[in-house]
Amino acid sequence: MQISPFLFGDKIMNERTADPILTTEGIPLKVSLQKAERRNKIRATLLVAPLLFFILITFLIPIGDMLLRSVDDSYINTVFPKTFEKYKKWDRQGLPSEELYKTMFFEVKEGSGYSIGKATTRMNYAKSGWKSLLKKSKRKFKKIEEGPYKEQMIAIDKRWGDMEYWKALGVMVDPTTAGYYLNAVDLKYNVDKEIVQQKENRRIYNHTWVKTFKVSLLVMFFCLILGYPISYLLSTLPLKYSNLLMICVLLPFWTSLLVRTVAWMVMLQQKGVFNNLLVMANVIADENRFKLMYNETATIIVMTQILLPFMVLPLYSVMRTISPNYMRAALNLGASPLHAFWKIYMPNSVPGISAGCMLVFILAIGYYITPELVGGKDGQMIGNWIAYHLKTTLNWGLSAALGAILLGVLTVLYWVYNKLVGIENIKLG
Amino acid sequence: MGSSDSFVKFDKVDKSYDGEVLVVKDLNVDIPKGEFLTMLGPSGSGKTTTLMMLAGFETPTGGEIYLEGEAINKIPPNKRGIGMVFQNYALFPHLTVNENLAFPLEVRKLNKSDIEEKVKKTLDMVELGEFGNRMPLQLSGGQQQRVALARSLVFEPRLVLMDEPLGALDKKLREQMQYEIKHIHERIGITVVYVTHDQSEALTMSNRIAVFNDGKIQQISSPDVLYEKPENAFVANFIGENNQLTGKVKSINGKNCVVTTDQGDDITSLKINVNSVGDRSTVSLRPERVEINSTEGNFENSFNAKVKELIYLGDHIRTRVEVCGNDQFIVKVPNSYKGANLKEGTSVKLSWKASDSRALDLR
Repeated sequence: MQISPFLFGDKIMNERTADPILTTEGIPLKVSLQKAERRNKIRATLLVAPLLFFILITFLIPIGDMLLRSVDDSYINTVFPKTFEKYKKWDRQGLPSEELYKTMFFEVKEGSGYSIGKATTRMNYAKSGWKSLLKKSKRKFKKIEEGPYKEQMIAIDKRWGDMEYWKALGVMVDPTTAGYYLNAVDLKYNVDKEIVQQKENRRIYNHTWVKTFKVSLLVMFFCLILGYPISYLLSTLPLKYSNLLMICVLLPFWTSLLVRTVAWMVMLQQKGVFNNLLVMANVIADENRFKLMYNETATIIVMTQILLPFMVLPLYSVMRTISPNYMRAALNLGASPLHAFWKIYMPNSVPGISAGCMLVFILAIGYYITPELVGGKDGQMIGNWIAYHLKTTLNWGLSAALGAILLGVLTVLYWVYNKLVGIENIKLG
Repeated sequence: MGSSDSFVKFDKVDKSYDGEVLVVKDLNVDIPKGEFLTMLGPSGSGKTTTLMMLAGFETPTGGEIYLEGEAINKIPPNKRGIGMVFQNYALFPHLTVNENLAFPLEVRKLNKSDIEEKVKKTLDMVELGEFGNRMPLQLSGGQQQRVALARSLVFEPRLVLMDEPLGALDKKLREQMQYEIKHIHERIGITVVYVTHDQSEALTMSNRIAVFNDGKIQQISSPDVLYEKPENAFVANFIGENNQLTGKVKSINGKNCVVTTDQGDDITSLKINVNSVGDRSTVSLRPERVEINSTEGNFENSFNAKVKELIYLGDHIRTRVEVCGNDQFIVKVPNSYKGANLKEGTSVKLSWKASDSRALDLR
């Protein structure tokens, strides 16, 4: 750390004498040192500044915004500030008082159509029916000239006289909410702000979470199984051959992800190349073609192919540093080739395995485009739901909560990994 | 097949990697039990390849290697029972020193207490008894070297191979380890085949030295014979310092011959590696066997020379002179009363015996 020399300097000064140490020219040493270091510090700062700025704008701020958005519930409070103020005093026993009705009436009547529309979307998450109720009321309230308002409102729509609707408002009184996180794991608040399970037919996320982890783990596993031997071969070949083979491994990076994914669609669909070949070779009957596309299998196959280089690269660079003499020594000492591999080579390649698995798992768990294209209904992952809520339902709060959970899970995994294997055991080269 | 007294036998062994160049050509060596044999040679001379064939990591392209009379070409390295110390040691970095030493014993399925006892005994032998629980990378270079040595001996192999084991150590440590390895060899009487490119290492440790060049053994003999009686110009030049004068054989007279240099000086030498009158030859002569301004008369060769350069080296003065058309001729003059009055540019008389100059092949 930069400050430690100064701290050290302080200590020495206190121990010896109260006078600061001076340079030959009579300037305090500390001042002189700071001056001498200043140029270097400015230079270092300037070199880092553009990237730092870029990361701040494109990475840190969006993540911060996402985390805020996943708990933010303040918008509705800005649309119905007075109503919510009065609402807090309601005893939740009988229907609210005339005063609360009146406040609500004016805030709905006088509020802009846009902000009320936006608020009703949120209100509908708490209790469906709010949106249509307010839309109707906004239109009808114009005809009401004077109070008392309670009876007139109930006359317009009897839902105004339903306790459930009023109670549901209570979920939204606080400016922050855990509701999105609850939704993300198939829970919700009921109107009394108690945590309950979603209705059976609306439970989708827990299932998707499990599948996301399952697919990511399988992809990681297959990448390791396929990548380890090829990396081993690459690392033992003379450089001129290994470079050539390395280009083959990296070749997929030269084609667009979309092109590759579409190519797999051509290969794997029921009337596709793979099935046609099997039928032609009489391995399977025409009516028993394998269903390899638009399901989980497709997601796993295609993601494995796409993420394989991310496993091979760290494995290869670690294996390159393992001296071939280790294996020779093990053989020389009497171990069979298999034993020598298992006891000597494999443990030394662990840093590469860790790095590769970590890289592939992290990339896989947030994958979106491939499951979207080849996964069908069955192969969707959590990333697809995030995109769906961002683009289609515009429920950004839920999107943000799903994303934040993903981020949290990865952080926890990273921590566990660090405890088990040690982060210093990761090597990319 | 191998003769009764040869423990290791190379029988007409060839090795080629690419099918075009032979890196080892027609190698025939017999190593008796208990010998310390060093293979010495410049890099690329085929000595390491020879060692790797013996260890089983390379297969001979032709010929056969025998160990205790048994052909071993088809036996995989893990079944040969040969210990080996590798260049840079190849200690397993993820295992402790104890585990490194226990590895060959565990593979051989010894029981736990035997393993512990043997590991302890062997570590004590290399004076590292305290270090059993350290990781190899926590040890100094010299300590790692000793662990590697211990690991190659712990399973009591019939033969130990060493591939430039001291190459990574500094000079002082290297010399110390040379004696240590030599003493261990003497104590346990194991057969050792040692590869190095350092001639002083070879001279210090070996019973016999095989000098390799260009895939062939140039000469194989004990260190003193190799130094005193080199059989060809390569060996003469590779082992120790050496003066070389070239010329044409003028006459041959029994054990001796006369070689006329291009300047016309006649040098009487031992006939070693020349066949007939008229052959071109290199006369080889050790710098310490040349006398300056000697007053004794029993030297067959005596020439006038000019002092070109004097280099003070403490115990002796390295004197470069021009004689018989060679201005890189070196004489070692002891720093005694006699040699102290030499000056650059003066003329001196050089003398040496015919029995110290050897007429070898031209190279």
